[in-house]
Amino acid sequence: MFRYYLKLGALSIRANPALSALMVAAIAIGIGACMTIFTIQHMMGSNPIPHKSAQLRHVQMDSWSDANPYNDGANPPIQLTYTDARNLLAAEQAVRQIATFKSGRIVEPEDPDELPYTVSGRATSKDFFAMFDVPFKYGSAWDAAADLSEEFVVVISEPLNERMFGGEDSTGRRITMNGDTFRIVGVLDTWSPVVKFYDLNNNPHEPVEDTFFPFSTAMANEYGNEGNTNCWKPPEGGDRAAFLNSECIWIQFWVEIPDQAAETQYMNYLDAYVEQQKELGRFPRPLDNRLPDVEEWMILNEVVDDDVSVLLGLAVLFLIVCLLNTIGLLLAKVMRRTKDISLRRALGASKASLFSQYIIEAGMIGVAGGLLGIGTTWLGLLGIRNLFNRFDFVEKLTHMDWSMTALAIVLAVVSALAAALYPTWRACQVTPASQLRIQ
Amino acid sequence: MLKMTDVSKIYRTDTVETHALREFSLTVDEGEFVSVTGPSGSGKTTFLNIAGLLEEMTSGTYELDGRDISKLNDRERSRVRNEKIGFIFQSFNLIPELNIFDNVDVPLRYRGLNAAERKRRIEESLDMVGLASRLKHQPAQLSGGQQQRVAIARALAGEPRFLLADEPTGNLDTHMADSVLDLLSEINSNGVTIIMVTHELTLADRAKRNIFVRDGQVTDAAPEFLRAANG
Repeated sequence: MFRYYLKLGALSIRANPALSALMVAAIAIGIGACMTIFTIQHMMGSNPIPHKSAQLRHVQMDSWSDANPYNDGANPPIQLTYTDARNLLAAEQAVRQIATFKSGRIVEPEDPDELPYTVSGRATSKDFFAMFDVPFKYGSAWDAAADLSEEFVVVISEPLNERMFGGEDSTGRRITMNGDTFRIVGVLDTWSPVVKFYDLNNNPHEPVEDTFFPFSTAMANEYGNEGNTNCWKPPEGGDRAAFLNSECIWIQFWVEIPDQAAETQYMNYLDAYVEQQKELGRFPRPLDNRLPDVEEWMILNEVVDDDVSVLLGLAVLFLIVCLLNTIGLLLAKVMRRTKDISLRRALGASKASLFSQYIIEAGMIGVAGGLLGIGTTWLGLLGIRNLFNRFDFVEKLTHMDWSMTALAIVLAVVSALAAALYPTWRACQVTPASQLRIQ
Repeated sequence: MLKMTDVSKIYRTDTVETHALREFSLTVDEGEFVSVTGPSGSGKTTFLNIAGLLEEMTSGTYELDGRDISKLNDRERSRVRNEKIGFIFQSFNLIPELNIFDNVDVPLRYRGLNAAERKRRIEESLDMVGLASRLKHQPAQLSGGQQQRVAIARALAGEPRFLLADEPTGNLDTHMADSVLDLLSEINSNGVTIIMVTHELTLADRAKRNIFVRDGQVTDAAPEFLRAANG
């Protein structure tokens, strides 16, 4: 009977093209509005490294003031002091660990006619690339010796390699930044995580950095931090050494932990480390060490903007209004077909048969609305992209993937079926005898 | 066999109660051709609707083929309508979007028959009403008499035991009406029980038995005023 109902649905849609088109349009517009915002929210909050996000843990330790707890004591600080980062890095208690901070550089081109230009940069350790599955086009990460000996080595991004070397294999070539000449050891392949999860202190959707160089090199050469710095008490002195020894937090620290046992082991280590630091007069607050994984870290840092959630709520309301409109249209259609309904009842259709027939017809309208809704969603995303094209990250957030495409259709069908429930119920209540004796 | 005993039907609104049938009792044996006549508002169509399970009665008992109809749920009533009863309406009631073949196919679809069996029945029934060559025509392409023949074919395709006809010739001219009545007589001669509601006594006389309804009850004979009205 399913095919029969499909045929009847197609005939009915063809017999009432204007009414059907209005319903499809109402659903498509509602779906478009809803899915446009939902796509942005989805992309904002999507897990950028799902296959190993549970193994990647951000280290949090409560080094804050007892009198004025960080975030009112709800959670420990989201960055570490240099002292703690250096100690954890040296301890090597996890399979992999990195200390990292953002530090922009100025490239000095070899061509004297070309003006210097700024590039974004990140100080980190060699494990960064393996931990986060960063793809390489040429070369590789630097080795442990480079970390230890504070070498001037650098991994550059694909766009920078394109700009400087026309996309050729540039490993082994030199690049001068802020007076320091680096040897290029690797060129990244296309790497554009939707969320720059490893550093959520600034815009979580900005592009990955153009240059990556050893943390040790950056520290030895006093590279500045371009990320957030927070202090609960001022450094004891105005020089860099005083800042490094202070309780100011400005370094992100990640560890790779393969399983539960390793997590317990690392947590025990952190607890022991903090207890030791307490003996040195630090960490006045109660013990509160945490190891959130990537997804937990994104939630904690509220990667999805509250404004987007509000917009999504409004878009859902708009979809509901469209569905109410669809209910009205469906009701009008059903009321125009009471004679057909009565006749089918007289010829042996049960209420259940009629229900199936009309629900399938509504489903067809839903599918059509969903397909058109994909188009309206695409238009909505295109509009947002054009409206905010001055922000690079908007390009990434306005990408409609397969899951969103499928969701648009499913949502449209479910919406159409929900909208059809009342009109279909009304159709089933038509008394056959009342409509058949039309003179 | 169709047997109604003390059936009543009351239509209620907030302010008015209308007794369409009052203690209506009637038995129709298998193979009969019964006409039901009566003035407008006498209750003859209400009787036909209840007989065809298109409406529920307010009280009384109704047995169809020995089965108490009042105890059936919607699905069972639909099945009885589909398998035992064929309907012919005054206004034909063909579905305009469907061609002739698909119109006749409607009750067979709800029967759950396979495609080959449905095709056989549709072709046979359309052949019987003389429209086998019009399978792909739309209803609007046929005359009124032809449309009524399609409606009869649709009723016959389900091979019903009872054929309920409500003013089947009401929208036809005399010539077409005669041919439709000839067809009904032929169907009845094949063993199908026919109950035909009409307000014209001349048509009613084509039936083997005439029932007269007045004020929602069966009366013994046609009232004089009805005969006078029919000339």
